[in-house]
Amino acid sequence: MNSFEYHRPGSVTDAAAAISGADDGKFLAGGQTLLAVMKLGLAAPSDLVDLGGIADLKGIQVKGGAVTIGAMTTHAEVNSSADVQGAIPALASLASVIGDRQVRNSGTLGGSLANNDPAADYPAAILALGATITTDKRQIAADDFIVGLFETALEEGEMITSVSFPQPSKAAYKKFKQPASRFALVGVFVAQTPDGVRVAVTGASSHAHRAEVLEEALGNDFSPSALDSVTIPADGLNSDIHASAEYRANLVKVMAIRAVEACG
Amino acid sequence: MSETGIGAAVKRTEDQRFLTGAGNFVDDINLRGQSYASFVRSPHAHAKIKGINTSAAAAMPGVLAVLTGEELVADGIGPLICGWNIAGKHGVEAHNSPPHHALAVGKVNYVGDHVAVVIADTKAEADDGAEAVEVDYEVLTAVVDTATAQDNTIQIHDEAPANLCYDWEIGDAEATDAAFADAAHVTTIEVINNRLIPNAVEPRACLAEFNKGTGDWTLYVTSQNPHLHRLVISAFNQVAPEHKLRVIAPDVGGGFGSKIFIYAEEVVCTWATRKIGRPIKWTAQRSESFLSDAHGRDHVSKAELALDADGKFLGLRVNTKANLGAYLSTFATAVPTYLYATLLAGNYTTPAIYCDVQGVFTNTAPVDALRGAGRPEATYLLERAVETAARELKIDPAELRRRNYIQPDAFPYQTPVVHQYDIGDYGASLDKACEMADVAGFDARRKESEANGKRRGLGYSSYIEACGIAPSAAVGALGGGVGLYESADIRFNATGNVTVMTGTHSQGQSHQTTFAQVVSEQLGVPMENIEVVEGDTDKGPFGMGTYGSRSLVVGGSAIVKAADKIVAKGKIIAAHSLEAAEEDIEFADGIFTVKNTNKSLTIGEVAFTAYVPHNYPEGLEPGLHEQAFYDPVNFSFPAGVHICEVEVDPATGETDIVRYTAVDDFGTIINPMIVEGQIHGGIGQGVGQAMLEAAKYDENGQLVTGSYMDYTMPRADDLPSFDVGTTSTPSPLNPLGAKGCGEAGAIAAPPAVINAITDACGVAHIEMPATPEKVWQACQAAE
Repeated sequence: MNSFEYHRPGSVTDAAAAISGADDGKFLAGGQTLLAVMKLGLAAPSDLVDLGGIADLKGIQVKGGAVTIGAMTTHAEVNSSADVQGAIPALASLASVIGDRQVRNSGTLGGSLANNDPAADYPAAILALGATITTDKRQIAADDFIVGLFETALEEGEMITSVSFPQPSKAAYKKFKQPASRFALVGVFVAQTPDGVRVAVTGASSHAHRAEVLEEALGNDFSPSALDSVTIPADGLNSDIHASAEYRANLVKVMAIRAVEACG
Repeated sequence: MSETGIGAAVKRTEDQRFLTGAGNFVDDINLRGQSYASFVRSPHAHAKIKGINTSAAAAMPGVLAVLTGEELVADGIGPLICGWNIAGKHGVEAHNSPPHHALAVGKVNYVGDHVAVVIADTKAEADDGAEAVEVDYEVLTAVVDTATAQDNTIQIHDEAPANLCYDWEIGDAEATDAAFADAAHVTTIEVINNRLIPNAVEPRACLAEFNKGTGDWTLYVTSQNPHLHRLVISAFNQVAPEHKLRVIAPDVGGGFGSKIFIYAEEVVCTWATRKIGRPIKWTAQRSESFLSDAHGRDHVSKAELALDADGKFLGLRVNTKANLGAYLSTFATAVPTYLYATLLAGNYTTPAIYCDVQGVFTNTAPVDALRGAGRPEATYLLERAVETAARELKIDPAELRRRNYIQPDAFPYQTPVVHQYDIGDYGASLDKACEMADVAGFDARRKESEANGKRRGLGYSSYIEACGIAPSAAVGALGGGVGLYESADIRFNATGNVTVMTGTHSQGQSHQTTFAQVVSEQLGVPMENIEVVEGDTDKGPFGMGTYGSRSLVVGGSAIVKAADKIVAKGKIIAAHSLEAAEEDIEFADGIFTVKNTNKSLTIGEVAFTAYVPHNYPEGLEPGLHEQAFYDPVNFSFPAGVHICEVEVDPATGETDIVRYTAVDDFGTIINPMIVEGQIHGGIGQGVGQAMLEAAKYDENGQLVTGSYMDYTMPRADDLPSFDVGTTSTPSPLNPLGAKGCGEAGAIAAPPAVINAITDACGVAHIEMPATPEKVWQACQAAE
């Protein structure tokens, strides 16, 4: 591993200053991806700005029909939060199927979203719930946030501070795990929101995306049988050693049906 | 049975140190002045080395030396060896054996092959130095595929035309052909035994030191057989003379075979430590373990089973292509031959068997023994063939097996493929397994699953294995280059406690507990007064190590033999002390008694007398310290029946093992709790092979399952709670009646699981690992 400067600012302002003063700085959130790629020599930042010391980035609030979660809140904290469980049980439940116990106790909501792994779970949640991502500079709608493979709307040095999830009337997330990594081979998040039915798929393609064909079918009839006649095309879906595009297409439909069933 | 003797479920005395982090593994050991090695590994599967420029690396901070194959050969360091010669068809006397230098000379043959070593003050400096070594490669086309390696126009080694190591055969081809001519039915299957990566929890490591004062080397190494390491590194690699090399294998965190072998890193560090005058440590990164630990399995086979109209097996004909990897690992040649095809009779009376095996080289990591080593491959092939025959003939699969079992009164039973089985009762295991698995209630459970949109299947696996390798003379006659006896040394101390040394070495098998129980039973000494010492060539007598489920059968027998010598000498001492005739002394539960009297001495008192021999038999040597070597008269043959029941979700292909029953005949069991643990672990590994694990190389020879992100290990939530039972026909051929239990689960489980999944899906075959996608496709195809 290459050497780097380590910073541990106490405020968002100090963190922003630290990153802007660095040649090639990176924010360190839970480190569940960044540290692993650094160990493998795939990333060699000049500076690490550890966000773990910033109290403002942590915590969960339920207010005005939305759950707002600080970017540095761990998956375990989201999972065990009575507030999240009460307001959006599907979100609490999603946090329980991320990685393993160690990952859930280190990994953070903001870190996961900023990394935007194509098989991560949270990107499906923000899309399906129509979340708003707040950064140190602005607010970004979920639909605008996810851009491509490991690519988001975040600009260089921009930091997620919190994410606000509007409370849906019903929602569920169903994940079929890639057996080795236990990332999502396919994960489908279904939500009945004030803006209608939203369905997001992760793991199946280069980045999490809304599934219009499923939204349309469920918009007309929010029931598992509404999806019976839907066909998910395999075109454009990932095909790798763990699953073919055809199998992923099948899983998108099956996970969507099961998510609707879980909505009750 | 005493509370700690044979048959008692004593808690493992190892647990305290392992569960509290107090174990002592190679990487825990640090020596003064220690330096670190980092290996430059080939990024290409097949390439010529046109040049290596080490000057930039040598100038890096902290770098002490950069060494390549050129220096290694110049110093006269011998290549890594394969210790088992396989003669081929048509009178070919020896297999093709290309040289395997510990650092590549002129050419690399797999991704991860050792090109150079950088030794530096710190691990990080060694790694940075390794990155700075410039290697000029001319990349060649890689040979990767097992089935077609022989047909590939690319030849990897000059010494191996058509990439063939050997073309070997066993059995009677003519008799087998004749059996097929008479057959009422022939079942044909083609199966792949998937390649596996061993994944011991402790990565391989070594720490080598040369003492300038004494001229002695010490090598700390992750080894299942430290004496063999010493022998090979001295006699063949010629790094250090045997009497000047001490090999210490401290606690070893899992091996599954992968730590039998003598690897490049160990030879290089032992050689280089003298050159640089500092101790050198190397510990594998997990990614290096994936690339360079010897892999397992990787067979492509075709089998034909001939049956008569009553379902009796008449003949079995098998062809197997076995991938041996880029070079021959220490016992690579034996695994797909004598450890494989000799088990093709299974539990059955099949009178005619013929098998030929082509061992091929490919540009992949070397392949060698992995838990079961040949026997899982044989059992999978045979039990898939038997299951397929039962379905084709519409005979209940349990009944078809029963009809063909060797009967209990037929032992000793000579199979057509070398082995003579000593004893067994396969029907008893099948009956018990069927009862425990509630096979009678299966149809009702299947209907219930179907009502819930699921599919349910039941799969049998009836296995036999050859353990306790082996009579040395027999192994020698089959091409083995070593003897396969075991040693024991029992030393009573003057205060009455006991030190027991053996040449086996635990990697998790609980020898410290099990062997202490054996000694406690034999000599009547409490377990806490018995110390079991293994893993240090300077302490115990020469022994062959732990693999092939041999430690109790062979090593335990040596301990019994040494204990008998202790008792015999103790009787002479006791007779003298008690003023009785030697033949009147009886020994039981640690007490020497004059027959029909109340005159007695404890074995502790006898030991004290032996070390303070004031009043002592004339002419008898002082001391109570005996050694024994035990060379078995035959292998042992554990056998059993496993039954797996699965529920499949046809929408996703997800498979749940809802019930798993194992009934094994291990003969005498010393510690049933430890044996059950071994069964659980073995089944876990077998389920891993059947459903999860696959080492995959792409067409360029890049390992695409080189981390836990892509290589699926079985985890606790992949496995059910196991129902474990035993039957027992103690082996008449060793003093304990033991048979060996360490590999049974890994041998039995794969066919049980695949037979169950194919039964659930209603298809003839699914290749391992039966991933959800493959099972989903099978369900689609069956519709």
